[in-house]
Formats: sequence, structure tokens, C-alpha cells
Amino acid sequence: MKKENFLWSSVKSGLLGGVIAIFICLVGMTEVFSKRDVIEGVITLGQFVLLATSVVAGFIASRRTINLLGPNQPLPALTAGLVAGLVTGLLVGLLIVSIGDSAEPALRTIFLNASPSLYQLLTFEKGAGNLWIMPTVGAISGLLGAGYLLLAEMFRRTINRALLVMVFMALFSNLFRVIFINQGMEGFAKFIFGQTGLTIPGTLIFFFGVILISLFWNSRGKQIQSSVAKLPKGGQLALRGTTIALIAIVALGLPQASGPFIAQVIVTVALFILMGLGLNITLGFAGLLDLGFVAFYAIGAYTVGLLTSYGEFGMQHISFWVAVPIAVIVAMGAGFVLGLPVLGVRGDYLAIATLGFGEIVRLLAGSDFLLPYFGGPQGIIGIQKPCIGILEPFVKIDVPRICNGYEMGKPQDIYYIAVASALLIAFVAWRLRESRLGRAWMAIREDEDVAEALGINLIQTKLLAYMLGAAMAGLGGAIFATLIGSIFATSMQLLVSINVVSLIIVGGMGSIPGVIVGSIALIGLPELLREVSEFRYLLYGITLIIMMLAKPEGLWPSQATLRELHHSEIETDVKA
Amino acid sequence: MASILTANKVTKRFGGLTAVNAVDFEIPEKAIVSIIGPNGAGKTTFFNCITGFGKCDEGEILFEGTPIQRLRPDQITKLGISRTYQNIRLFADMSALENILVGQHVFLKAPWFESVLGLPNVIKEEKNALAEAQRLLNFVDLKGKGDMLARNLPYGAQRRLEIARALATKPKLLLLDEPSAGMNPRETEDLTAFIRRLRDELGITILLIEHHMRVVMGISENITVLDYGEKIAEGTPAQIQSNPRVIEAYLGRGAATEGMATAHERFTKKAG
Repeated sequence: MKKENFLWSSVKSGLLGGVIAIFICLVGMTEVFSKRDVIEGVITLGQFVLLATSVVAGFIASRRTINLLGPNQPLPALTAGLVAGLVTGLLVGLLIVSIGDSAEPALRTIFLNASPSLYQLLTFEKGAGNLWIMPTVGAISGLLGAGYLLLAEMFRRTINRALLVMVFMALFSNLFRVIFINQGMEGFAKFIFGQTGLTIPGTLIFFFGVILISLFWNSRGKQIQSSVAKLPKGGQLALRGTTIALIAIVALGLPQASGPFIAQVIVTVALFILMGLGLNITLGFAGLLDLGFVAFYAIGAYTVGLLTSYGEFGMQHISFWVAVPIAVIVAMGAGFVLGLPVLGVRGDYLAIATLGFGEIVRLLAGSDFLLPYFGGPQGIIGIQKPCIGILEPFVKIDVPRICNGYEMGKPQDIYYIAVASALLIAFVAWRLRESRLGRAWMAIREDEDVAEALGINLIQTKLLAYMLGAAMAGLGGAIFATLIGSIFATSMQLLVSINVVSLIIVGGMGSIPGVIVGSIALIGLPELLREVSEFRYLLYGITLIIMMLAKPEGLWPSQATLRELHHSEIETDVKA
Repeated sequence: MASILTANKVTKRFGGLTAVNAVDFEIPEKAIVSIIGPNGAGKTTFFNCITGFGKCDEGEILFEGTPIQRLRPDQITKLGISRTYQNIRLFADMSALENILVGQHVFLKAPWFESVLGLPNVIKEEKNALAEAQRLLNFVDLKGKGDMLARNLPYGAQRRLEIARALATKPKLLLLDEPSAGMNPRETEDLTAFIRRLRDELGITILLIEHHMRVVMGISENITVLDYGEKIAEGTPAQIQSNPRVIEAYLGRGAATEGMATAHERFTKKAG
């Protein structure tokens, strides 16, 4: 086969990068992201994302060149990066020209986001005279991408870390700023964190700080690790104890330091962790795809709502602490009810059947038919907050029971309940996986017929998977109800189920830490980044596709999945 | 000798095709018995009827006097019947040890909440199960391979692991579906000795489906021949080898000890 010309291949990479850059501009991402800075006064997030496309294009182009021409050819590799970056920049330039300098660009009749302000952004607010800037910037960043590839692995990893930390800090700079200002460290906070991004000194501190730490670890890490390993047993225990204590102190103090917003975000993440752990049992362990998982969440939430509400639909007016176990048991029962009819259903059909179940629960809860019980579209309001102490007896509707003691009304209080539950359930899930039941689930996932022939009762085992998974989601729903103080059928959308499935896939199917990582990545980050939440599902889709292509085992895979997906590599390693 | 398994007029149909037609069959206790027959003769279907994989349409199967034809596979396993598969069906992405542990499922009693709490009896049970799994692993010559994924084991080891997994259910009757498929003569010889050991040392009754005539004739005490779902002969290896119906319908004119491939080729040629 004739080898492709490396220049042509770089042009292709550049064209691809340019198309992606134009796409980013036209969906409005550039404009929205430009309200955020990465480094205050130097580069905005919008510019950063655009630059990233040409850097990546340059990187890919030079990697292809190395594949074509072989290693140790720095010149063609750099040229390839330059060409790809240039082409990317030229395409963006083309976009600038086609938007034009008018107040109402013609392109805007189709692409709403091709606005004059985008034009201003792309030309760095200098108008048509600055058209040369984009291709130049593109070419330089393409060159950077290529140069990055030529670096030694160790340096690349160091730079990766430094960039990652820097961007992370920049994205969350106003959060950190608030936290530090709350702690009375205003001067320090303002020195490093700006309103919308990092300050220049802050950037330098993080970027070079990480590089220094990395380099230090590269040279001395092994030594430190071995000296830790050499410590006497008591010393190691003490070290571990200190680490755990530190983490505990941060976890306990965090909501007080950060205020209600962050606490609420963490609670949301914890609730999705609960749901994720539940679905991880049915889907990750037992291999039963459930697309209506939100139903159990809804059932947990409605149970707590009906049992504790002091509003119109409250039935028992009991305390939150009594209602939660009941909600978990009711959700378990719902898992049983769902499990029974779909026992014999496999694969795709199972997904459809469970999808239907989720929708039925949502529609019933919000229906006029059951309005006298569940409040229909109005939902259930006035859910009693948890109380540490003695609750006064219920007096009348719409009057909350008075709490003699501490009422856990704020998100910062619910935080403790949610995080403690998530930790508890993670422990339960871990123990289940290691038990005979966990092995039976995995056997069913691998080969249902053989599992049955080995004496595993499919009915019992599958039902237990549904019930335990449902119980965990039910617990999440129960906490959700008390966090919000009211529940509506409309918040139990199919999208929630899809979110849970996605976070399991991104985190790593069947992996418990994976669920936690997945929840933070897919639920926590978009909540914190208001600008991003507009493009949440676009980014979801992209993340899922990239994950499936590049890291199908997930961010934090379970040991077994890792082996499963890379067994061919291991085999070749053994042979080699 | 008392029989451990008796099949009376077992019939299985797939639509219009009668895969197994009114087969009577008996396995004496602690015997090694084989079923042979050309491809598509209904051997595996008959196996599936016994193990509950596919319920038979008519007839009765008694295991130690208990009718089992309506039971689920897991219930049949609990009574003491276990099997291996023609195309190896291990839990490929679980370790060798885990595969055997799944086989012990029947004997582990800890309910899930006790496992979560980690009660002492659960810990003891798991420890015993692990020791037993380790013992079985050694028994099939896979010592030290416990942590390997089943799929990464060599072919012969996978076959042996599948047998170990079946043994973990402590069967009284073990059904082996073409255990020597894909093995070289040396491995086949080892397997024959191994099967004999299972019967002699563990007292397990063995029912074998096999194409390898050397294995069949070498270890079977009794052979049943199926053809187009019907039993056409039954008897000792010597009787089968000299049975004119078998020779005509199945083995052809050649020696009974020659490989299945050639015999079957001749058979199909004749039929065509």
C-alpha cells in the first residue's frame, strides 16, 4: 500500500480540527465560555477551548506523521503540527469572514450564534484588520501540540498534570475564593483567585508548583514510598490514621466553610452516588439493564413525602428517621414488583420493559387519577425536616412540627446525612460483591444458563439484585425529598435514569469507586460550572463517545473489567 | 446393580423435528456410561433433558427414584447432577478460583445481610469454601493458577477447570459433553485416566458424550447409540463394535476404533 503523504494527512487533521472549532463557535460555546477566564486578563475559557482544538489537531497530525515516517523525525513532525494548526486557524478565519462585520450577519438567519459579539471575540475586538491573527495563533498552537508530542513521556505527564490542575483551579476559582474569604483569608484569596478565573500569580503558582512537585516525586518518589514501607507496623497505622483523620476533618468541615451552594452540590452528587451504587448492583454486577431506575428514587421520595409532610397530603406526620427505613423497604418492595414480571426477559427487551416501568411510576405519581393521594402535578410540599431531638406532636395541616433540639434544615445539614449514607451504602455494595451473592450475580452476568446449572436460583438471585438496587435508590430519593422539602413528579424524568446509566459507564461498569468518580464527573462538575450546564448534554454525549473509544473500561474500572478489555494485550505481553 | 438414573420414553421435539424419540435409558450406580451417535443424533438434547436445560415433552426421568423432568436446572443440580459443556462455558472473566466458588454456591448458606455484616459464621464459611476450591484446583492439576482469569487459561486447563467447577457441586452423577474435543492424543489419554479416577476415587457416576472412539471404547462399561433421536443399540463396547445396526448406520465398514471424522464421513457419503 502506498504511504500517505504526511502533509496531506496533516491538512486532513487540520480540517477536522477546524470543523470542530467552527462547531464550537456556532453552538454558542465560545461566546458563553468567554465570560469565564482561565487566567484573568490573559485568556478566556472560550479562547482556551478554541486553542485546544488547534493544539489537539497539531498533536494528532504530528503523531500520524511519526506513524507514517517513523520516529526520530522531529522536523516533519513539527511541520505537520504547524500545517494542521494553520488549517484549523484558517477555517476559523473563514468563519470570521463569513460572519462579516455587519450588525446583523446574514449567517445568523441559520446559525443563531453567529452574532456580532462572536465576531468581536474571534477577531480580538479589532475587526477585519486582525484576520491574520487566527491562522497565526492556530499555527503556533499546532506547533505547540506537535512539540508536546516530541517531549519525553515523563515531561509530558508532568505538563499534563500541571495543565489539568491549572484548568481545574481556574474553573473553580470563584468557589475557592469564596471558601478562603469565608475563612478570613481575603488577601490570600484575592491574590490567587480572581472573580472569573485565576490571577496571573495564581496561575504561575499552580502551574509551576505542580511541575516542581511532579519532578520531585519523579526523582524521590520511590525512595519515599520505600521508606514508608519500611516503617514499623505501628508507624504505618499511624500514617494511615492521620490521612483518614485529615480527610474526615475536611469532609466534616467542608459544608460549613463553603456555604449552602457547594453543600447542595455535594448532596446531589451523593444522591447520584446512591442511585449509581444501586444500579451498579443490577447492571454492573448482575448485568440486568434497568432504564427506569428513577422509579425507585421516586418511590423513596414519595414515601418519605407522604409519611412526613405536614402539608395537605401528609398521611402520618412521622419523623424523618422513622420514615427513611420505611421508604427503603417500600422501594425494595417496588424492586420486587418490577423484578417479578421481567424475570424471564433478557437483554434489549429488559431495557424496554424497565423503561416502561419508570415512565409508569412517573406518570401515575403526577396523574389526576391519583391526585387525592399524591397531589398530582402540584406534588407534595411541606416535608418535615429531620430533627435531632424531640419532635412536638403534629397540630394541624400546614404547620410544621416543632423540633425541640436541632433541626437539620439547611443543605449543610443534609450534607452529613447524604455523605454518611453514600459511604455506608458503598461499604454495603463492596461487601455484597465479595459475598456468595456477589459471585452469583457475576455468574449470571457472564452466563445465565450455566449459572443456573450450577445450582444458582435465578429467580431468587435476580430478584435480590432488583430489590437491593432499588433499596439504595430509594434511600437516595428519601434524602432528596427532605433536602428539597417538596417533591414533584416532573423531577423524576427519564433523563435521571439515563444520567445514572451514563455515570456508571463513565465511571466503570461494576466498579464501586467508579460510581463515585462518575457521579463527580457527570453530576458534580456540571452543577458547579454554570456556563457548562447549558451544554451539559452535548458534553455528556461527547464524553460518552470519547470514553467508549479511548477508555471503554471507565475512569476507575473494576479489576475484572480491566482484565476483560485488555486480556488480548496481556496475552501478547505474556508471549512477548 | 441399582440404577442411579432411569429415563422412560423420553421425547423432545423442536417444532416438527423429533430430536429425541421415546428413548429408554438407564445408568447403573458408579458406572461409566457413554452415549454415541453421529452429529445431530440428539445426544446433547438428551443431556439437556436430564439437566433441565430443555424440558422433555414426554416421558419420565428418575434420579435416585425422584422424578426430575419438571424441575429447574438449579434444583436438579442440588439433587446431585452436574455437567460440562461441549463448547467450554466457563465464566470467562472471573478467575479460576471464582469459577469454582460459584460451583459451591449450593453449599453456602449465608444470607446477604449476614455477608454485609461480616458475621463470624460467614467468614468461616467463606474460608472453608476457599480451601475447598483450592483443593479442587489441585485435584485437576491447576495448582497456583487460581488467580488467572478463566479465559487466559490454556485450552486443556479450561476443560479441567470446567470439570472442577462441576465437581464443586458435589455431584453423584457427572455428565461430560465431549470432554476430549480438541485435545491431542496425549491429552486424551490423560483425560481418560482422569475420568476413571473420578469414578474410582470419588465414586461419581459418569455419563459421557464422546466422538473419540478410543476414549469411548476404552472406558465405557456400557454404550448407548442414538441415531436420528432413536436408540438403535445398547451394550458393552464389544457388543456395540459387533452390532450390525451400529456398524451399518454409524461406524461404517471400518474398524470401530478409528477416528470419528473418517467414520462419519463415510456415513454421510453413504447417506448421500
